[in-house]
Amino acid sequence: MHSHQPEPLTRQPARPLASIEARGLVKTYPAPGKNPRIRALDGLDLTVEPGTIFALVGPNGAGKSTTVKILTTLAVADEGTATVEGIDVRADPAQARRVIGVVGQRSGADPTATGRENLVLQGHLYGQRSNAAGRRADELLERFALTEAAGRFVRTYSGGLQRRLDVALGLVHRPKVLFLDEPTTGLDPEARAAMWDEIARLAAVDKVTVLLTTHYLDEADRLAGCLAIVDRGRVVAEGEPGRLKQDLDVSSLDEVYLHHAGRRYSDATRLAEGAAR
Amino acid sequence: MTTTIDRERTVAAPGPAFLSDTWYLTGRKLRALVRQPYVLAFSVVQPAIWLFLFGNLFHKVIDIPGFAFHGSYLAYLIPGIVAMNAMSGNMWAGMSMIEEIDRGTLNRFLVTPASRLAIMNATVVEQAVSTTVQTLIIVGLGAAGGARYPGGAVGIVVLIIASILVGVLWGGLSNMTGMLLRSREAIIGVYTFFMLPLMFLSSAFIQPAFMPGWMQAIASRNPLNWEVQIGRDALSAAPDWSAIVVRSGGLLVLALLAVAVSVTTFRSYAKNV
Repeated sequence: MHSHQPEPLTRQPARPLASIEARGLVKTYPAPGKNPRIRALDGLDLTVEPGTIFALVGPNGAGKSTTVKILTTLAVADEGTATVEGIDVRADPAQARRVIGVVGQRSGADPTATGRENLVLQGHLYGQRSNAAGRRADELLERFALTEAAGRFVRTYSGGLQRRLDVALGLVHRPKVLFLDEPTTGLDPEARAAMWDEIARLAAVDKVTVLLTTHYLDEADRLAGCLAIVDRGRVVAEGEPGRLKQDLDVSSLDEVYLHHAGRRYSDATRLAEGAAR
Repeated sequence: MTTTIDRERTVAAPGPAFLSDTWYLTGRKLRALVRQPYVLAFSVVQPAIWLFLFGNLFHKVIDIPGFAFHGSYLAYLIPGIVAMNAMSGNMWAGMSMIEEIDRGTLNRFLVTPASRLAIMNATVVEQAVSTTVQTLIIVGLGAAGGARYPGGAVGIVVLIIASILVGVLWGGLSNMTGMLLRSREAIIGVYTFFMLPLMFLSSAFIQPAFMPGWMQAIASRNPLNWEVQIGRDALSAAPDWSAIVVRSGGLLVLALLAVAVSVTTFRSYAKNV
């Protein structure tokens, strides 16, 4: 297949290095029976500039999660290349893991441990010594308003509390790039607003590059500097949310979405009509 | 921001990272174990029922001419019940693996630089610790019921080691089944399929001399039976050490194989979640 040629040391990038870069990602999964393999990704390209918030939106099964899995070293692409902070995720996954933080769709926090214990263990896994891990845990507990809940078992946490802990877990090692897979799904409006503020602050204050996937277009509209609509394993539209609306001369991102993920348009209309009746 | 740069330069060497990751991940598992001691205790209930029901129901078996065993039938049963517990207790390893996959915990560890092997190691160490505690509980229950152990502390230690090997063997298989099939039902299926045949095709309940020839042939190749024989030998007044070493070696090889298989399965899982 591919050979990974060593980078010449003197090569200068023509422009500032992108934080996340994916070129021609293809990923197939075996289909049941004798059916041809399912093409989850079909030549997906992506460029995320440092310190920005980038949103991936698209229907279920469009390839958002597969993209995140490949970029976070949890899966290997069949074809194409991907880098985070210039590190090839396939050639050097160990190094890539040091610069990325990941908050998965499902919590991942250990329910039988306390919030603080979860954070300290996470620090240890990034090679922090006990003192440093403890200090960092306390810092994050305070930042995410978890100090009061720090000594309680995670299984007693509310949804919002748990999600804040998840994000804190992703930040233990001060990553340069943070992946958030559906960060506000299942949260109540208040917890959602708090999470939005926190995500915005990560990019603005901490200069962390954030890639998030979401089903909520208002979330993407509000947070993302750049947005990509994914459908059938490819990016079908990409750009600044305001610009995407302008181009189609529409007022809402919903219309942009339905225009580009066109296949779903009739389904969505029918559903909406059905709900209205 | 300088701290960020420093941290990146200090890429941990693989050796110590593997050890410290194993330490911390094992700590997590053991803490959960200590916080839910009733889980451990509850899993011993069934073997304990077997111990006392069989021990009392068949206590006269010991009087059959040719039943070469010095001691009560309860004492005779102990190594078999220990083996049974080691097998059934560690069948749950795969269940907790599935739970951690479903909950996203495993993925959370996999996106960190934590050693892959350490993640699996933590489960093996947890299995060893919980099996040790359970074996001690069964030995204690037996003593309370009047069983005597002429082999003394050394015998009990050997019994514990053998039970750990059986536990790691079944824990490894359970982990593999859990990761491959992602189904709790499959694990229970494998367990119920093997449990009783392996128990009854061993010297757990009766001396092999009383078995039909074909059963004896199977029993001599049954790893669960090796554990029973090791334990019974070690707890006796005059252990046959060479037999103990040979059978323990056999169990060790199988346990290592099971760990290797579950690590391989885990690696292929981790490569494509």
